[in-house]
Amino acid sequence: MVAALEERRELRSTPRPAKLGVWRRLRRDWWIYLFLLPTVAGYGAYTVYPLVASWWFAFLDWPGFADAGTFIGIENFERLAADDLFWNAFKNSFLFLILAVPARVGLALLLAILLNRKRTPFKGLLRTLFFLPVVTTGAIIGVVFTLLLDAGGPISVAMVGMGLLDSPANFVASTDTSLLAGVAVWVWKWLGITMIYWLAALQTIPQEVHEAAMIDGARPVQEFTRITLPLLIPFLVIITLIDTVGALNVFDLMYTMTGGGPSFSSEVIEIFIFRTAFGATVPQLGYASAAAVLFGLLTMGIAVAQAVGLRWARRATGAMK
Amino acid sequence: MTTTPVSTSKLRGLRPDRPDSLRVLIRRPGSLMVFAGLVVLALIWIYPFIWLVSASLKTQPEIFGSGLGLIPETPVWENYSRAWTVVGFDRYFLNSVIITGGTVALIVVRSALAGYVLGRYDFIGKKLLIGIFLITFFLPEGYTIIPVVQLTDQIGLLNTHLGVILGLGAGGQVAATLLYAGYFRGLPKELEECARLDGAGHIRIFAQIMLPLAWPITATVIILTFLFAWNVYLLPLVFTLSEPALRTLAVGMSAFIGEYSTDWSGLAAAAMISLVPVMAIFIALQRKFVDSIAGAVKQ
Repeated sequence: MVAALEERRELRSTPRPAKLGVWRRLRRDWWIYLFLLPTVAGYGAYTVYPLVASWWFAFLDWPGFADAGTFIGIENFERLAADDLFWNAFKNSFLFLILAVPARVGLALLLAILLNRKRTPFKGLLRTLFFLPVVTTGAIIGVVFTLLLDAGGPISVAMVGMGLLDSPANFVASTDTSLLAGVAVWVWKWLGITMIYWLAALQTIPQEVHEAAMIDGARPVQEFTRITLPLLIPFLVIITLIDTVGALNVFDLMYTMTGGGPSFSSEVIEIFIFRTAFGATVPQLGYASAAAVLFGLLTMGIAVAQAVGLRWARRATGAMK
Repeated sequence: MTTTPVSTSKLRGLRPDRPDSLRVLIRRPGSLMVFAGLVVLALIWIYPFIWLVSASLKTQPEIFGSGLGLIPETPVWENYSRAWTVVGFDRYFLNSVIITGGTVALIVVRSALAGYVLGRYDFIGKKLLIGIFLITFFLPEGYTIIPVVQLTDQIGLLNTHLGVILGLGAGGQVAATLLYAGYFRGLPKELEECARLDGAGHIRIFAQIMLPLAWPITATVIILTFLFAWNVYLLPLVFTLSEPALRTLAVGMSAFIGEYSTDWSGLAAAAMISLVPVMAIFIALQRKFVDSIAGAVKQ
């Protein structure tokens, strides 16, 4: 992730060997292409081809893999523009991002700071406990939480007991809370990995910086806002990007927890694509592809915006690496 | 005994250079409160797992009838045997093992090979390749799923393990390639020069010198790919819609709900069967897990 961007800068700057003709270089380097073959072939077929093919499929009326599909121009996109359920899914995905990403990034930073302090004992054990949900299967977590969030389940019982609820509530089965429940479970599941990113980021700040701040008489809060936080901004951009892309890929959790329901209240874009392409009795593969293309554009747009933000942050903080 | 905290802290994975952190807590009430807060939060964090263990041993009415009580009246071990044999989790388990193993092997081999030449050599097309990697880095799974199914269908692998393995491991996974590239680039040039003087070819240099040296990266890639492949859902779900015998554990869970919609205790047992292997591996290798993720980010 961060590695990828660093990689690009460094790989580009490898010095070129003495100039040779193209043909002679290709002949000399035949074994290099042999080494690349599995990746290039696999990547071409399973990543680059789908990237291109989705665009083609988006212009087809295509009822199933056995058929060839007929070209219908931009009809699928026109239908999408007028499809309330698509815009509902779009809105839900967007809401999910807005609620879940800041919660995950912010809470994880707080946790990382507390678990990075010298004075906190049992840090290793605590980190392990917070990290545990990360290694579990999203689809299974989704199913388990339908039980935990049921009206008879422990969360409802505890909230009634504490007087937070008047009567038992099934959070997954209510149109008001289904998306929020998804946000909460997603933050719970993935907080640990963002905490590890932050811990890695905090450890890039040299100890001398903290010591200098202490000698200058900075209070912990001052030290954090004036010194630590500015140094963390490039990491904030990249961690937000990783978490945002993660938040767009919530299919497993949401599909198994709410199935997108009740009455589409938690249907995110990925569930919309799945339902249109594979969940219906008559598959609409072209229509689903058109939705997928728009979804891909959205993701790309977010990634590009944050890459620009990262470049800006790097320049603004100057000395960082 | 002043040395007691040392031994307990070592057991809990604390660094031994702060032997008296417990005493610091007692002297500083502020730190104690932060610590207490963290402990409470950590307990809330793992409560769902504790609850799941208890639910998997309860009877059906007991799960929703006993409120917050965690101890089952009499442990119902039949929940496990029901999930394992009757619902077919033995089969799903095997499928998960085959698919995860195949995906890990595929990604390690192709990433190490590609990472080696990308990290150490300049060749025509290198910039193009890295450009494509970066453009596709954040491609969402939902975007590629339809063409991937169509392609797999056309080459006749739709209802096979190999089809799922290729779908998971052949494309994507750029991070693994870049991790290898970064590591190989850092190794000294003399390694190859010496080996070449001894008459070794490119493939021998790679297999006998470079790959063994890159073991830390290989371990990281194995861990990250294992996590990904064991937990992945959308692709195995779509690939097995018409072939239930090929389901993985994750996909098997949702089928379980459809067919036995009221068997919550069996479902909890099934969830335990699916989660325990990955959690056990994590707890055994936790330091390596966390380091490999932190390392992949930092690099």
